[in-house]
Amino acid sequence: MNLPAAPALLSSLVLGQAPTPTTKIGQTNVTSILFFFLIVVVTLIITYWAAKRTKTSSEFYAAGRSVSALQNGLALAGDYMSAASFLGISGMVALRGYDGMIYATGWLVGWPALMFLIAEPLRNLGKYTFADVVAFRLQQRPVRIAAAIGGITTVLFYTIAQMVGSGSLVKLMFGIPYELAEIIVGAVMLAYVLFGGMLATTWVQIIKAGLLLIGVTLLTVLALAQFNFSPAELYAKVSTSYGQAALQPGGLIKDPVEAVSLGLALMFGLLGLPHILMRFYTVPDAKAARKSVLYATGLIGYFYIIIPIVGFASSVLVSRALISQIDKGGNMASPLLAEFLGGEAFLGFIAAVAFATILAVVAGLTLAGASAYSHDIYVHVIKGGKATEQEEVRAAKIATFVFGIVAVLLGILFKGQNVAFMVGLAFSIAASANFPALLLSITWKGFTTGGAVASILVGVVLSAGMIIVSPTVWVDVFHNKTALIGLKNPCIISMTAAFLAGWLVSLMTPDKAAQEKFEDEKLRTYLGVGAE
Amino acid sequence: MAHAAPAGGSSPTKGTQSAHQVLESPSFKHLVGRRALVSFVGIVLLFITYYGYVVLIGASPQTLAQKIGEYTTLGIPVGVAVIVIAFVLTAAYVVWANQSYDPEVQRLKSELKH
Repeated sequence: MNLPAAPALLSSLVLGQAPTPTTKIGQTNVTSILFFFLIVVVTLIITYWAAKRTKTSSEFYAAGRSVSALQNGLALAGDYMSAASFLGISGMVALRGYDGMIYATGWLVGWPALMFLIAEPLRNLGKYTFADVVAFRLQQRPVRIAAAIGGITTVLFYTIAQMVGSGSLVKLMFGIPYELAEIIVGAVMLAYVLFGGMLATTWVQIIKAGLLLIGVTLLTVLALAQFNFSPAELYAKVSTSYGQAALQPGGLIKDPVEAVSLGLALMFGLLGLPHILMRFYTVPDAKAARKSVLYATGLIGYFYIIIPIVGFASSVLVSRALISQIDKGGNMASPLLAEFLGGEAFLGFIAAVAFATILAVVAGLTLAGASAYSHDIYVHVIKGGKATEQEEVRAAKIATFVFGIVAVLLGILFKGQNVAFMVGLAFSIAASANFPALLLSITWKGFTTGGAVASILVGVVLSAGMIIVSPTVWVDVFHNKTALIGLKNPCIISMTAAFLAGWLVSLMTPDKAAQEKFEDEKLRTYLGVGAE
Repeated sequence: MAHAAPAGGSSPTKGTQSAHQVLESPSFKHLVGRRALVSFVGIVLLFITYYGYVVLIGASPQTLAQKIGEYTTLGIPVGVAVIVIAFVLTAAYVVWANQSYDPEVQRLKSELKH
């Protein structure tokens, strides 16, 4: 995610430990290739099985609503724990110490908010996309178009970040060329989504979440074994190697406003991520949706609690010098630790898990991006809501294919670019454009078509615009001397503005029909009567 | 609302109420109100936990830099606690919803005319 690449400053923090261990990272590793093929073969067999059960649009978008709460909890965790959180946060803890841990907490706190505000009404009111909920009692065309703009921009920026990250990662770990890595990720992921739809995507997520949790648990246990299973001993070693500063808050949070703004983006961004929201339609009812959030929160919470241990252990056992020598951003901290603890075989396993992680996340994003087009734009805007089952599935598959190709092309186009800000941008747009409209449509009777469109567009334009002129892009990417605004993450302003726009425009354009429908909608929101 | 719904809800007969009767019933309004209250309390506790942590780091980083062991800082258990509290809040919501919300939803649904 938005992990700042280790600045030059960091090298001065590295207290000159000679990199004792060497690494085979970057060379072709037989174990990793074997593990990777095994994962691909197993997931493609599942895709073949899923393809036979994926005929209707409900099966393609929502796995026929047949996914259990536990399965969906695992799949949500799989969708959310990207390679960036696995490799990025452990790397950040390894190189910057405690600050990485602050980051890790921010990634979890959206889940309770998702539970309290969105999960159950979303399941009861929607069909396939979050736009179903926003447009429930409003005019379909304008709201669907606006929601698709919010949804597709969110997914697109997230995808670019994942694709660029994956290309460099695969190149680094498997020693294959960047472009080939992009094409492999694109092709395998397209096979899952195109043939197996949501059912195959769900199982890919479940397998990936399981492998990732097993891999990180194994890393943690083996690492702690080096310190007699005493975290205190680990922290002592961190402190003697890199100073006590590694165990206390450093430079990540200087300005509370900045910190709260980033926190808002992380917390409420989750509530506007189309690929996460879409998963709630795969379970049979609101009760299962609720349980799946609890499972996901537990799994992801566990992951973020143990990942800092991996990072700290890696800084001590592998050394910061070697970690930043292999990759400036620290992304190789976990694989290097695996190699140190379990040799080439363990490195191969962790590398394959990281690759599977990327495949799964990109598959989920592709399905969400494609359905924003096929379900919201094609069916409800172009066809006026009257597409046949066959037409909708065909449109969804074409959209999936196009989205997959676009993802690969964008990945190649942005090769070597600094795209770290794009995940932050995706979260900001999700929190500013998608979340306010979604929440207002569920909770506020007076919300209108004009209010929804205004809220979404203000959210997209402000969050994207403010990030471009902020230090994150204006200085770090465009290399200008000073940024036009000081705030690195615009969420505190853009999200507030989106709520205000939705509220004010709704007051100016009162909609009697929408208000009357709100009463009927309540029966569905709270009791699930009429839910699909 | 303009609908001529009786202010029913007290001892209704099974499966006889119209949608509007259920919507207007005190027990449905109570259900909606309670869910809003529980969500609101949950969100407030979550905000206090997380933004409290973040603002504390911003305002007074030395607080969390205090040692609680030979080297271990207070920040480490506090960071873990933020994650654990977030999970506990989620679990508390599920327990409340399973024990208190769902039975009421079932009862109201069974009153609805089919």
